[in-house]
Amino acid sequence: MADTLLEQETHDHPTPSTYVKIGVILTVITAVEVSIYYIPAMRGVLVPLLLVLSAVKFLTVVGWYMHLKMDPVIYSRLFFAPLLLATGMTVVLMLLFGHFFPHAKP
Amino acid sequence: MSTAAVAHAEETSLGQPHLKIGFWTFLGSECFFFGSLIATYMSYRGHSVAGPFPHHGPPHGTGILNIPVTSISSFVLLTSSLAMVLALAACQKGDRKKTSFWLCMTAFFGLIFLGFQAYEFTEFYHNGLSLTKNLFGCTFFVLTGFHGAHVSIGVLWLLSLFVINQREGIPVEKSLSVEIAGLYWHFVDIVWIVIFTLVYLIPD
Repeated sequence: MADTLLEQETHDHPTPSTYVKIGVILTVITAVEVSIYYIPAMRGVLVPLLLVLSAVKFLTVVGWYMHLKMDPVIYSRLFFAPLLLATGMTVVLMLLFGHFFPHAKP
Repeated sequence: MSTAAVAHAEETSLGQPHLKIGFWTFLGSECFFFGSLIATYMSYRGHSVAGPFPHHGPPHGTGILNIPVTSISSFVLLTSSLAMVLALAACQKGDRKKTSFWLCMTAFFGLIFLGFQAYEFTEFYHNGLSLTKNLFGCTFFVLTGFHGAHVSIGVLWLLSLFVINQREGIPVEKSLSVEIAGLYWHFVDIVWIVIFTLVYLIPD
């Protein structure tokens, strides 16, 4: 048991400089998100682009800052299972309220 | 965690600290909590009959959301996440001064974010948006209000850790307490990432 703990705890952790680089990347992505909001030519791809960029930020913070990438898989299961259920619930409710097919007849 | 700390780590059936397992389970429940609030907001999005409305454009006219100001507050919260992870790194190395510094900075950035939220809420209220005004007002204030409450609790938690570290120090073996606070803080940050995109950036 102690060997398992030792093995799990001594795998490489990011250094402070890595965290700073990740912070810079997150800032740049945020700047890109805000910028494309104001570009009229991007309106056609705004929503999917924003969703992709925010997903990248989300997974970067979860994976690196919250250490899920380096930690045992049980933590990922404890987090992503409810997250996927909550996301599914949101999508279903939006479907019920007609957000994806606004012109569909009941 | 140092080798000595790991050797003395509690023996559990899953090989992981109970506190950490429990806290990730709690974060899973928080996913449901914020998920339901976000789901409600998204479901009622665009269904308000009367203004104020969130975004510009016909047929609703002018929007009430201030993207530049909220962008700055989003940047502040992201920076606070960086400060938090640097605080944990310092604590795991046994650097008491840096741990205090970065904990203090995280709480400071959190307070700045809360200041921006307070400014936004009062501006919206003065422009006629309230909890009972329309569907947008109700869902917006409940969602961002609960998020702000979570940030407030996080700030108090961080300041408590700062005081404890200043008085007696948080040893490397107990760095899990800072890690748990970090998990909470980063979760609050990722919820804001979702809110900022869905509420502020994606137009109706």
